[in-house]
Amino acid sequence: MELSRTELMPGVWLSYLPSKKFKTACLSLSLLTQLSRETAAMNALIPYVLRRGTARYGDMEALSTRLDELYGTAIEPVVRRIGEIQCTGFYVSFPEAAFLPGGQDVLRPVASLLGELLLSPATRGGLLLPGYVDSEREKLLDIIRGRINEKRSYALFRCIEEMCCCEDFAVGRLGGEAECQAIHYQKLTKHYRKLLQTCPIELFYCGRAPEKQVISALKDALVPLPRGEIDDGIGTEIRMNALEAQPRFVEEALDVAQGKLVIGFRLGECMEEPDLASLYVFNAAFGAGTTSKLFVNVREKLSLCYYASSLLDVHKGLLLVSSGIEFDKFEAAKAEIFAQLEALRHGDLTKEELAAARSGVASDLRSLTDSQGELEGYYLAQALDGDGCSPLELAELAENVTKEDVVRIANSLECDLIYFLKNGGEQEGESDAE
Amino acid sequence: MQSKQYPGIGETLFSAVLPNGLQLQVVPKEGFSSYYAVFATDYGGAHRRFVLDGRTVDTPAGVAHFLEHKMFDLPSGDNALNLLSANGADPNAFTSGGITCYYFQCTDRFEENLRLLLHFVSTPYFTAETVQKEQGIIGQEIRMGDDDPGTAIYYNLLGLLYAHHPIRDKVAGTVESIARITDRTLYDCHKAFYAPSNMCLVVEGDVDPERIFAIAQEELPQEKAEPPKADFGPPEGPLPVGAVRREAMAVSAPQFYIGAKIVPAVGDRVLRQRLVAQLALRMLAGHSSPFYARLYAQGLLNRDFDYEADFTAGTGTLILGGESAEPLQVLEELKREVARICAEGLDEKRFERAKRASLGARLRGLEDFDNVCISLAMGLFDGYCALDAAGLLESVTAEECRAFLCENLAPERLAISIIDPIDTKRT
Repeated sequence: MELSRTELMPGVWLSYLPSKKFKTACLSLSLLTQLSRETAAMNALIPYVLRRGTARYGDMEALSTRLDELYGTAIEPVVRRIGEIQCTGFYVSFPEAAFLPGGQDVLRPVASLLGELLLSPATRGGLLLPGYVDSEREKLLDIIRGRINEKRSYALFRCIEEMCCCEDFAVGRLGGEAECQAIHYQKLTKHYRKLLQTCPIELFYCGRAPEKQVISALKDALVPLPRGEIDDGIGTEIRMNALEAQPRFVEEALDVAQGKLVIGFRLGECMEEPDLASLYVFNAAFGAGTTSKLFVNVREKLSLCYYASSLLDVHKGLLLVSSGIEFDKFEAAKAEIFAQLEALRHGDLTKEELAAARSGVASDLRSLTDSQGELEGYYLAQALDGDGCSPLELAELAENVTKEDVVRIANSLECDLIYFLKNGGEQEGESDAE
Repeated sequence: MQSKQYPGIGETLFSAVLPNGLQLQVVPKEGFSSYYAVFATDYGGAHRRFVLDGRTVDTPAGVAHFLEHKMFDLPSGDNALNLLSANGADPNAFTSGGITCYYFQCTDRFEENLRLLLHFVSTPYFTAETVQKEQGIIGQEIRMGDDDPGTAIYYNLLGLLYAHHPIRDKVAGTVESIARITDRTLYDCHKAFYAPSNMCLVVEGDVDPERIFAIAQEELPQEKAEPPKADFGPPEGPLPVGAVRREAMAVSAPQFYIGAKIVPAVGDRVLRQRLVAQLALRMLAGHSSPFYARLYAQGLLNRDFDYEADFTAGTGTLILGGESAEPLQVLEELKREVARICAEGLDEKRFERAKRASLGARLRGLEDFDNVCISLAMGLFDGYCALDAAGLLESVTAEECRAFLCENLAPERLAISIIDPIDTKRT
């Protein structure tokens, strides 16, 4: 399985990954933009509006009918944030010819429909339909407002929002509520036309069709794409240090039965030349998975929480520790999380712990090659980072990470902000950490 | 082992029943790095009352789930979850109303991991201390569920639909019910439900089926026990016990589930009924249905709207739901649409397209090892083979689906559970 990259048109790249393992093929298209508060909500809204109807298939029913005809081809809007690059577009999955009656191949009609969705939306007077824009904007607003429903992810979101308050990263992948509310169909159409001309586009295909066929189908589908001056200066600003000398503390009160503690770290100087394998293994040893320090000690041994795990963002250079606790366990849980990090900094990592972390990371990377969705995400991130390592190669690197590598990363971490979601409706402001 | 080929979907299934009664299925997958194994027992949250060795045993709500948590403790003091993780596997378990599954996915040392899975699930080890400690951990889990609108809306619906069937109660139980669990309760339930004759093992990956058979033989108890008989109480009538339930929680927009209970088919009709149920719901409310398109355009439904037919512990429940500013209006529209379909029948062309789409969705489902293995396991307990679905689909008719909707989603059969927002002023 070898990936090949081709520039189909100026700034339009295809990553082609041949594979005969799957029953379905996958095709994705992402418009890449610099994440910013002004445009994030508009960018996020675009694929949802486009997904409402094309010039030929004018509404959802007509589109869904077409997708049913194409044997349940699924085309889903996808909005992601990789570092400070916002990726919006579509993820398409469709059955391979080998499993369809009469061996019908739907690659060409599927690519063509994807092209239509991107380039020939349902319009009136050259403008996106106000009805579609308004209703999708309201739905996006619901999602943005609905962040509060799921408390575990809400607490993570809030920690990042406060921690990165001076960076575009705080915006979140869907943009802010106020900016979303202000979206109007004329303004959105103008923005959409500009994106088509200027933004880099990443395509990904994984399946059984020969490369030539895929390139030809996609080139034909994208013929009407207007290309202007491509915005190739997009990227992520990585902050190495905490914002203030002491970790900031933010507390919020909501009507919840369980407290949520999130501790935000900058990965620090190790991000100058990020070593992905070591970062992953460090994260596994510290807080990801059931052999990690946080799981074994904070959850199992001391029963301080229901869950405690760490999440790594290698693109932005962040690590977040997230845990669910009883309200009165706040101090004890926090102290123990820092104690576990301190232990790693001093090299307290047994051979078994290191081996478990390495094999966990390697196993995750190997199994990623069995899922098209994960392969797509992996190679999109790689296309943005410009690094050329396959998941299997990275798995091998992970298996050779040493204790010193892990300790070096632990020492590079710098705590920036502590966030606590507690119970009650009282007004609580920001206060300094003790 | 017996093998059966499924050329239409490019799979071969190997099956066997071991002398101890364990049902075994293996799906070999050449060229994949991952292995997946699920070891499951025909035992879930709803199996509260059962007959064991001639006596009736009553257990508190939440035992099956509690037992699942405690099974990972080994007499050596080790935790099986940690041992599997340390071996590079990704293990987990879940308990539903009707089934408990222990599974792992890995890329290395599969046989070692498989042996460990079989060993720890068939080795009960509980003490008063570990049970007490777990009561704290699960108590937290239950409290966390109390904050979850998804849990509340689901159980409120089951409470409307079912008069007494134990699936009404939360799988995890309540803080009070789990306080009544002792190490004795756990040993009894393990003895009753974790005998190989009440269990199945399903494996997918680049493996030799005969090797799996041999390993299961070596690791599991040899004797064949008589499986326990679960008692879910007298049969439920077709009508719900209540029509509407509303509750307020910290959500941003009203969430709703509309539901109806159906009588599960038996024998060789089981799989057919499930296919009919899914296809009928797709025709009624799928994303290409006129009903969904109209309500979506009116802003009454969003993309979260979904439906499912859930068959658990001798029950069958149809659920349609999502988020809407006007759930009761959605219910009225749904009733009207069902009445229209009853009167006019289903559009044949649209029906053929729905079958195509359903075939595509099934092919997509085959990509997930966990989906394949867990549906095979559920099929083994319920008397069908999940891999037969793609082939059987072709024979389902529009009339069958129309009749299904008419009967099971008649207005008097429906109930609606709604979670309304409370004032969630952010502070």
